[in-house]
Amino acid sequence: MANHAPSFTTPGGEPVFMMTDKDHHPENGTSLGFWIYLMSDCLIFASLFATYAVLGKSYAAGPAPKDLFDLELVAVNTAMLLFSSITYGFAMLEAYKKNVGRTIVWLGITGLFGAAFIGIELYEFSHLIHEGAGPQRSAFLSAFFALVGTHGLHVTVGLIWLVTLMVQVGKHGVGPANMRRLSCLSMFWHFLDVIWIGVFSFVYLMGVIG
Amino acid sequence: MSATAENHASHGHDHDHHHDDGGHDHGSFKSYLTGFILSVILTAIPFWLVMGDVIADKTVLVLAIMGLGVVQIFVHMIYFLHMNGKSEGGWTLMAMLFTVVLVMITLIGSLWVLYHLNTNLMPMTVDQIKNLP
Repeated sequence: MANHAPSFTTPGGEPVFMMTDKDHHPENGTSLGFWIYLMSDCLIFASLFATYAVLGKSYAAGPAPKDLFDLELVAVNTAMLLFSSITYGFAMLEAYKKNVGRTIVWLGITGLFGAAFIGIELYEFSHLIHEGAGPQRSAFLSAFFALVGTHGLHVTVGLIWLVTLMVQVGKHGVGPANMRRLSCLSMFWHFLDVIWIGVFSFVYLMGVIG
Repeated sequence: MSATAENHASHGHDHDHHHDDGGHDHGSFKSYLTGFILSVILTAIPFWLVMGDVIADKTVLVLAIMGLGVVQIFVHMIYFLHMNGKSEGGWTLMAMLFTVVLVMITLIGSLWVLYHLNTNLMPMTVDQIKNLP
């Protein structure tokens, strides 16, 4: 960092502190830390999956998955999440090439796919609740809404993070700090896709076959 | 504004060569595309199996869905999350293996315990209620 040391003030006269102790951090410490967070998040989902596995057949004489789930809608939803995964990958590749404009465009496309996913999921939820199959109907539906809802909440938070990073990248480019943020969100986003594999296999597909 | 962004970007570029490598694999267009095509196939097959009523035997169908799901999780880990035994000196892999163990204990343990609980506290059938002493 020594070669950047002279620029301790911006042209406006404000001091710049951000780079001074960079060298003391272990390299990639953030991504390992974030990975550990993801693993703990994985445990939250494991307990929700376990809850669903235990309660998933307790219909309380109410509707069963076969009566409720629309697999075509779930397939479209899964496609949205898959597309958003690869477009996020493209955003990362452009970011590594230091191409600010294209990074933002790919992040935007990722955001649109993510928003479509959330939109479809909210439509499904409102449809279920409208049919009288809300979370209070049976243990199966409580467990279903808890599991799928928690995943949806994660995607929503990911979307907020994504928009924040689009603004950040637009303002400050793809320097080391923003690269670190982008790769954390990358892990988060692909991790949510992995969880969704479990959801559509275990909840939707296996639910429909009974 | 854009000049500032440019400036920052080139600064980051300059900086990057000194640091960010550390054996960190960040994929390529080809690896992302491979991962995407594989996961599309691995998603399409289970949906097709269920929606098209392809396999009549329920056990086989469940095993097929679970197997394909596990394979797809591996595909995502390798091609999208860039997992390998070397990243962070193997610590990401260690953390993941530990998590897998905990997840297995949670899932199998819950199912096992509550299965026995359900069998031992079996709800009464209509016949049993009729024949109550």
